[in-house]
This record gives sequence, structure tokens and C-alpha cells, in this order.
Amino acid sequence: MDCGGGFGPYGPRMANDLSVDIRKRHAGGPEIAAALRLPLDTHAVTVLFGPSGAGKTTVLRLIAGLDSPDGGSIRCGDEVWYDGARRINWPPQKRRVGYLSQDYAIFPHLTVRANVSYGARGGPVQDWLVRFELGELADRYPRQLSGGQLQRVGLARALAADPRLLLLDEPLSALDAPTRLRMRADLRQLLAGVQAPAIVVTHDRTEALALGDSIAIMIDGKLRQAGAVESVFDCPADADVAAAVGVETICPARVLSRSAGLVTVEIAGAPLVAVDTAGASADVYACIRAESVTIERHPPGERNPPGNATSARNRLPARILSVIPEGPLARVTLDCGFRLTAIVTRQSEREMHLREGEQVTAVVKATSIRIVPRGLD
Amino acid sequence: MEWQALWLSLRLSFWTTLILLAIGLPAAHWLTFSPRRWKFLVEAVVALPLVLPPTVLGFYILLAIGPHSPAGRLYAALTGGMLPFSFQGLLVASVLYSLPFAVQPFTSGFAAVDRKLIEASWCLGVSRAATFFRVIAPLSIPSIVTGMILSFAHTLGEFGVVLMVGGNLAGITRTVSISIFDDVQALNYGAALHTSLLLLGISFLVLAATYGLRRRVWAVWPPYGQ
Repeated sequence: MDCGGGFGPYGPRMANDLSVDIRKRHAGGPEIAAALRLPLDTHAVTVLFGPSGAGKTTVLRLIAGLDSPDGGSIRCGDEVWYDGARRINWPPQKRRVGYLSQDYAIFPHLTVRANVSYGARGGPVQDWLVRFELGELADRYPRQLSGGQLQRVGLARALAADPRLLLLDEPLSALDAPTRLRMRADLRQLLAGVQAPAIVVTHDRTEALALGDSIAIMIDGKLRQAGAVESVFDCPADADVAAAVGVETICPARVLSRSAGLVTVEIAGAPLVAVDTAGASADVYACIRAESVTIERHPPGERNPPGNATSARNRLPARILSVIPEGPLARVTLDCGFRLTAIVTRQSEREMHLREGEQVTAVVKATSIRIVPRGLD
Repeated sequence: MEWQALWLSLRLSFWTTLILLAIGLPAAHWLTFSPRRWKFLVEAVVALPLVLPPTVLGFYILLAIGPHSPAGRLYAALTGGMLPFSFQGLLVASVLYSLPFAVQPFTSGFAAVDRKLIEASWCLGVSRAATFFRVIAPLSIPSIVTGMILSFAHTLGEFGVVLMVGGNLAGITRTVSISIFDDVQALNYGAALHTSLLLLGISFLVLAATYGLRRRVWAVWPPYGQ
């Protein structure tokens, strides 16, 4: 786990970028406050990730000009799209943003060809139809198309209008499960071939990993962490981000000692060794992903293995609380004094006869425990 | 049989419908999409003819377009004529009287258009006005047709307002409903019966044709699976 890099708007400051720093209060919702910056001359995909209701869609709508912020600014290259202080607010027509809403909003009274050519600027529409494999569907109406085909129409229509920027709101959520898997790969390929950067909203971790080059985590209306996808997923900056990216075990812990870059923390009486990443805090959270917890089983009577046959620093006696099958895997909840979740294959589960109430040993490498400061927010 | 009265009623209905289309579409667009908080007041004004007695409405219109009113003086200065007891005056009254019958269906049609489609059009660089003609209006055609038919049929059958504003001048303001009233007053039941039957037949045919056409022509959205 390489946890370099940090928090905040990423990338060096440059003129040719999209720079967003806006506030918006919705009746009944959290106050949205988002600051992000992304370069325009690459076609990188930024994933806007967070739980439902975090305000991700609102941020897209504010960038597209479909809603007005309460204050702040939005700048795209040398164009000022919005500036609260200077009372500048460009309409969506002028911003040239390719915005694809969750259900694609294909015009039902127009054929596929008419949809794609609706806002087309320059370049023959036929090229877009061919590129998105819509040639044979060109004269069909939207109601005759499948979800995946509708998505291609939406993307082709947006791109034919030559957008500066592509905004996709949960592009895969309207599809059924098998189509979603197929389109995830297709979408990645399509986005890679597009001459505009894209912001993709999702709350699905697999989608974020599959589609994103970088990621911004949004929780309760605030952008909390941004960076490369793997680094944010592996190294959440705080417990909220860890929970948002799906870290299964997040426990408050107390620092017992620090030495040589390692930290020993205590969770409910159990000591754990981890790589120290929490600065000088005494109160921290320990975040442990289920896939980095290994379960060992010893013959009855033999409490400790002879010598130390593993490099893992942390070996905790544990009792199995539950075993829940999840497809080819099984989710095992352990009681080590605190609650720890592990993921094992169904095969291991069967071979090891993992059952509720049995005693096992939970093994966690020091490098697999992410320590984040507590009480910052 | 009053063929002259019938022809007058049809002309009046035709022009009323046409004018209501021109006024009603922008009015309904404003009522549907304006963010103004006070637009409910305008909605209430538009709906007034639904609840006001035609005599009250007719009386106010008579005052408003009379030769001493600003509107009447302007009309006189422009054309040299007078609005009360003329076909043009009748047209003004009919447009006001049938306003809700056009605007309300238009409004409900526009409001039913998925907002995301409108926003998609804006994001594709298409202006608000062009979006109206390319997305909102085509998707509201059934409601627009309904509004036009209701305006036409409602004007064809109006009585109280016409009597107040137009009086009873043959060939100018005597509409078919007034001629029926005249016939009944003169105990000329046979003529009244004929004219009434004709009006009933025309009204039914217009409505039946509309509903029938809507079924076939506007079937751009048949149920799934067809």
C-alpha cells in the first residue's frame, strides 16, 4: 500500500483547466461545497464518487449550468462560466458541456439519427452513428432500443455537439446487470477515445475502479479527498472516506507506542501493529479491508503456532460471528474483541469448515491497516 | 334554419381558435416554465372565465372595449370603427372567454414533458425558443390539439358573452346559439329544433374526429410491445 499523495484539488495549476469552486444550499439537503480542478487537454476520466444524497448530481448540474450556485466560480480554460461576485452566469447553451443524465433523456419523438444530429456541430453525423454502432438503428425510434443502445445514442448525441467537457451521471445505473457489466468495459474504451475530459458520477466502487483515472470523494455535500483511484481507495484520508469507499472494518483505536515508522494501537484490548500514517494523533481510526484479513485455523489445544511461521505482524484470536455466502466468496464476521470482517473464497470456507461460534485466528499484515486521525471533523 | 348564423359561428370559432393558438402557446409556456412566484395570480386570472357568469364577463368586456375606454379609443383611432356590436368585438370577447380552454390543456401538456429532455436540448446548444419548437411542442401535440378543439367547440356554443358584447345583428353578431334563442322566443320551435340538432351534430363530429385522429396520428408513442 503506497500512501503518498494527499488531499485537495489535484494536478498542477494551469490555464487550460476546468476550475470549479462553488457553494449551493438546497432546501432539505446538505450544503454543497465543491472545489475541484481538472485539466482540459487530456481526456482523463474523473470519477465523482460518494454515497447517494451526497450531492454528486447537483455538482454536475451546476457545472452544466442547469442549476445556479449560491456563490463561487466556475472557469473553463479562459472562459468564466460562473462568477457569483461578478454576476456572471452563462446559460447551458453557451457552456458546451456534454451532459448525459441518468436515463439518457433520448428524445422519444425523434429517430436515432435525428437524436444524434440534434445538436451536431461540424463533422458528419453518419460518422458518429458508425462509431457508436448505431448505423443499422439510425431510423429506429428510441422505444425500439435497449438500455445499452440508448446509452450509445446519448453519448453519440453529446459528442456530436463537440463538447468541451463530458458529464455523465450514473451512466450504468439504468442498465440491467449483464448489460451493465458489458457496458462498463465498452464505456471505458469509448471515453478513452474521446477528445474531451469526462466527469463520471457513480456510487459503485467497481465502476469507479473500471472507469476512473482519478477520483474525487464526495460526502454530505463536500469534496473530501481527491487523487488517483487506487491511492484514494487504498489510503482513505479519514474514517468517513474509508466508509464511503467501502472499507469494511473501521474501528476507533488508541495509540500505545510509535517507533521506526510503525505504530502500535489498541482496539478494545487487542494490540495491533500498523504503518504510522496519522501524524501525532493519539486517537485514531484503524481501517481494515476485508480482503486483507486472513483466517487461520489450528488443531484444538494448539493455541499458538510453533515459532513465527508468517511475516504478518498481527495475529488475533477470534470467534466466528457469522458466515454469509456472496457468490464465489464468503463474508466472515469475526469477534476479536472488536468486530472484524474478512472475505474468503467459498472453497476455503468449506475446506476449513468455518462455522458460527468456532475459534480461529485472524491474521492482518501491518501494511494492510490504514491508520487515520480521529476528531478532525 | 339560420345558415347565415351557422356560418358566422364557424368563422368566429375558427378565428378564435387561431388567435388562442398564437396567444395561448406563449402564455402556457410562461405559466409552465417561469420561476416567478406570483405566476399563480396569472393562472387565476386565466381561469376566471371558467367560474364567472358569462354576463359578468360580457359586461366587463363591453365596458373595456366601449368607445370611451382606452382600448375602444385606440381601436377607433386605428380603424375608425367601434368594437362593441361588431364581429371584431365578438372575437375579442370570445378569445377572452375561451382562454382557459386553450391555456389549461397547453399548460398540462408542457408540464408533462420530461424536464430532462428540455435540459438535454439546452446542453446540446439549442436555445430556449428553439427547444420549444423542437422538443416541447412536438411532445405536447395531443394537448395542443385538445386545447384547440375545446376552444373551437366552446366558442361555437357560447351565448351569454355574445349577447352582452355583440347583441343580435344578423350576419354580424347573430351566432347560431342566439338564433336558437330567438326562434324559441318567437315560439318557432321547428327552426330551433333543426338548428340545435345541427349544432349538436357538428359538435359531436368535431370531438369524435379529434379523438379518433389522436388515436391514429399521434400514435408515435404506442404502448411497449406493439
